[in-house]
Amino acid sequence: MKKYECTICGYIYDPALGDKDGGIPPKTPFEKLPDDWTCPVCGAAKDMFEEVK
Amino acid sequence: MPEPFSAVKISEHVYWVGAIDWSIRDFHGYLTGRGSTYNAYLILSDPVTLVDTVKAPFREEMLSRIASVVEPGKIRQLISNHSEMDHSGSLPEMIQLLRPEKVFASVMGARTLQEHFHLDQEIIPLKDGESLNLGKLKLTFLETRMLHWPDSMVTYLHDDALLFSQDGFGMHLASSERFADEIPAEILSWEAARYFANILLLYSPLILKLLERVGKLNLPIKIIAPDHGPIYRKNLDWILQSYARWAAQKPSRQAVVVYDTMWQSTEKMARAIGEGLAAGGAGVKLLSLKSCHRSDVATEILGAGALLVGSPTLNNGLFPTVADCLTYLKGLRPQNLSGAAFGSYGWSGESVGEIEGVMKEMKINLLSEGLKVKYVPDREALERCFSLGKAVAEKIK
Ligand SMILES: Cc1cc2nc3c(=O)[nH]c(=O)nc-3n(C[C@H](O)[C@H](O)[C@H](O)COP(=O)(O)O)c2cc1C
Ligand SMILES: [Fe+2]
Ligand SMILES: [Fe+2]
Ligand SMILES: [Zn+2]
Repeated sequence: MKKYECTICGYIYDPALGDKDGGIPPKTPFEKLPDDWTCPVCGAAKDMFEEVK
Repeated sequence: MPEPFSAVKISEHVYWVGAIDWSIRDFHGYLTGRGSTYNAYLILSDPVTLVDTVKAPFREEMLSRIASVVEPGKIRQLISNHSEMDHSGSLPEMIQLLRPEKVFASVMGARTLQEHFHLDQEIIPLKDGESLNLGKLKLTFLETRMLHWPDSMVTYLHDDALLFSQDGFGMHLASSERFADEIPAEILSWEAARYFANILLLYSPLILKLLERVGKLNLPIKIIAPDHGPIYRKNLDWILQSYARWAAQKPSRQAVVVYDTMWQSTEKMARAIGEGLAAGGAGVKLLSLKSCHRSDVATEILGAGALLVGSPTLNNGLFPTVADCLTYLKGLRPQNLSGAAFGSYGWSGESVGEIEGVMKEMKINLLSEGLKVKYVPDREALERCFSLGKAVAEKIK
């Protein structure tokens, strides 16, 4: 599963870990995150993320 | 003619050329009872370089301080560590006046400076960890994203072992002394904590990571030069360790009771709860929102163990000052707090439930069911308030 980086603050979404505080269980691919999910560090929207290459 | 304002030499190659704002009392909604400073720094390198500027109305003061050591036209490079306008406000005029060869910022800063000032000057982006030679001197830049803006970075001057730490390690404190060791320790620790609580608390996890990163880099640091307040040249560990402690947010036995009131019923409850907390062995601060500002409350909850919030019910909801304070505190994302809600009401009594709703969103551990009292508390109701306080104190051991 691919990691995604917030282009605002540099936070990396790692699907293996999910986002516990945001209620996202481990092994959730970025694509499956709800549309209203936001960056846990800076609050940026999902479309501000880019795939880590 | 001598310049009316002077620069202050802070290391072999660096002068403070900032401005002292003695009169500011409200800094974007944060009460600054002791004013502030906007610190800009001049590096007498080849080429001469200015690190950050000052808030726009203070540009002349900065220029005069610069002119006390060097003709301002000699400045050929500008570095912006943070694009917030208390530090970048004079940048457009400085660019116009000096026509510098180069203006640098972080990758995000190069963007956000344009989003503020819409300049025709190119801003050169610096990558995290990038270095720059200024003649014989060497600078290295570290991104500190979200401390406290996406563009924030710090600049390290190797030759003077000096860290330009931007808002980090800063405080709002106007003083004619430029160094922390010249200022009473209680004032420093109060204002540094207040700054941390109101500006940085929500980014505590990033601060812990940054401290770890800087530790591993093993850079000798002899001077920390922040963008507000005094400069550290002695006992740097004090401020570094304070940051590590505040960011860890280990709860203490200190309890903060915050409330507002219309006819003093909720206030009577608050006072009885405070007595109970003290009887249970907790340290207690009662903060009435009539006399305390939200930024005072934020300062007091730094390092506290419990937050108790009280509001009467007004038009089926929270009293507005309590809603204001809760909105602010929620944004600061305090960790590891326990809490409880209380309030007086007349017939519908929504306020206590609303406080608990916000507390749950804030992941505050509710130690007791909210305490509601109809109209004016009698002796029995005050005893329940006392018991609530005592029970909370005993649980935050
Ligand atoms: C302490 C502080 C915190 C901020 N937090 C956020 C934030 O979380 N998200 C955001 O989009 N902007 C944030 N901003 C940026 C402001 O929204 C931005 O500077 C805006 O242009 C200010 O508008 P104003 O000039 O009307 O006050 C913050 C600014 C400050 C000073
Ligand atoms: Fe700032
Ligand atoms: Fe600032
Ligand atoms: Zn982000």
